Amino acid sequence: MSNGDRPLSPHLQIYAWQWTMVLSILHRASGVGLAIGTVLMVWWLLALSDGLASFDIVQGLVAHWFGKLCLLGWTWALFYHLCNGIRHLAWDTGRGFELDTARNTGYLALAASIVLTVLAWIVGYSAMGGM
Amino acid sequence: MSLRSPLGRARGLGSAKSGTEHFWMQRVTAVALIPLTLWFVYSVIALAGADYATATAWLQAPMTAVLMIVLIAATFHHMQLGLQVVIEDYVHGEGIKIASLMLMKGASLLLAVAAAFAVLKVSLGG
Repeated sequence: MSNGDRPLSPHLQIYAWQWTMVLSILHRASGVGLAIGTVLMVWWLLALSDGLASFDIVQGLVAHWFGKLCLLGWTWALFYHLCNGIRHLAWDTGRGFELDTARNTGYLALAASIVLTVLAWIVGYSAMGGM
Repeated sequence: MSLRSPLGRARGLGSAKSGTEHFWMQRVTAVALIPLTLWFVYSVIALAGADYATATAWLQAPMTAVLMIVLIAATFHHMQLGLQVVIEDYVHGEGIKIASLMLMKGASLLLAVAAAFAVLKVSLGG
C-alpha cells in the first residue's frame, strides 16, 4: 500500500522525554529482555534433567560475575515488568489515567521494582551464607 | 454499503484478522503470572547456589513440577503474545514480518516444550 503524501506522525525524537514515556518503553524493553532470559531458564532445566556434569557447567556459568550480572538484570526486569504490568491491569479497568495518578503509579512501579530486586538479592545471598 | 449482517461482519473479523482474543489472553496470562512469578522468584532465591541433589529434589516434588509446568505454559504463551506485538510494530515488510512471526512462535513453542520435558524427566525420576 502506498503511503502517498498522507501526514505522518512525528518521529520519536520530536517528543520531550517524560517519565511515563520512559517507563512505557522500559516495559517493552524488559519484556524482550525477559524473553531472552527464558533461554537461560530452559537451559538450566535441561542441564538439570541431563545430569550432574551438565548441571555443574550451567551453575558455574551462573556463578561467574557475568552470569550474576545477567541474573541481576533479569531480576530487575522481572520485577519491573511485574509491577508495571499490574499498573497496566489497573489501566485496563479504566482507572488511573489522570496525569498525576499515571505519573505517581509509574514512580511507584519503578521504586517497587528496585526495592524488590535489592531485597531478593539480599535474601538470596544471606541464604547462601554470605557467599 | 455491505449486504452482510453486523453479526456476519463480526464473525468474519475483516481486515483486523482477529478479535479481542490476543488482548484477552495477554491479560489472562498476566494475571496468572503474578502469583506464579512470585513463587518462581522465591524458589530461585531458595535454590541460590544449590547443588545437583538439592535442585533435583526440589523439582521432583509433585507441587513444584505441577507449578513449573503451569508457569512454563503461562510464561511462553504470554511471551509469544508480547513478542508478536513487538514484531508487528517494527517489522514492516509483509514477507519478513510473517517469517519473523513464524520463527518467533516456533522458537517459543520449542523452548516451552523443552522446558516442560526437562521438568517431567527430572520429576518422574529419569
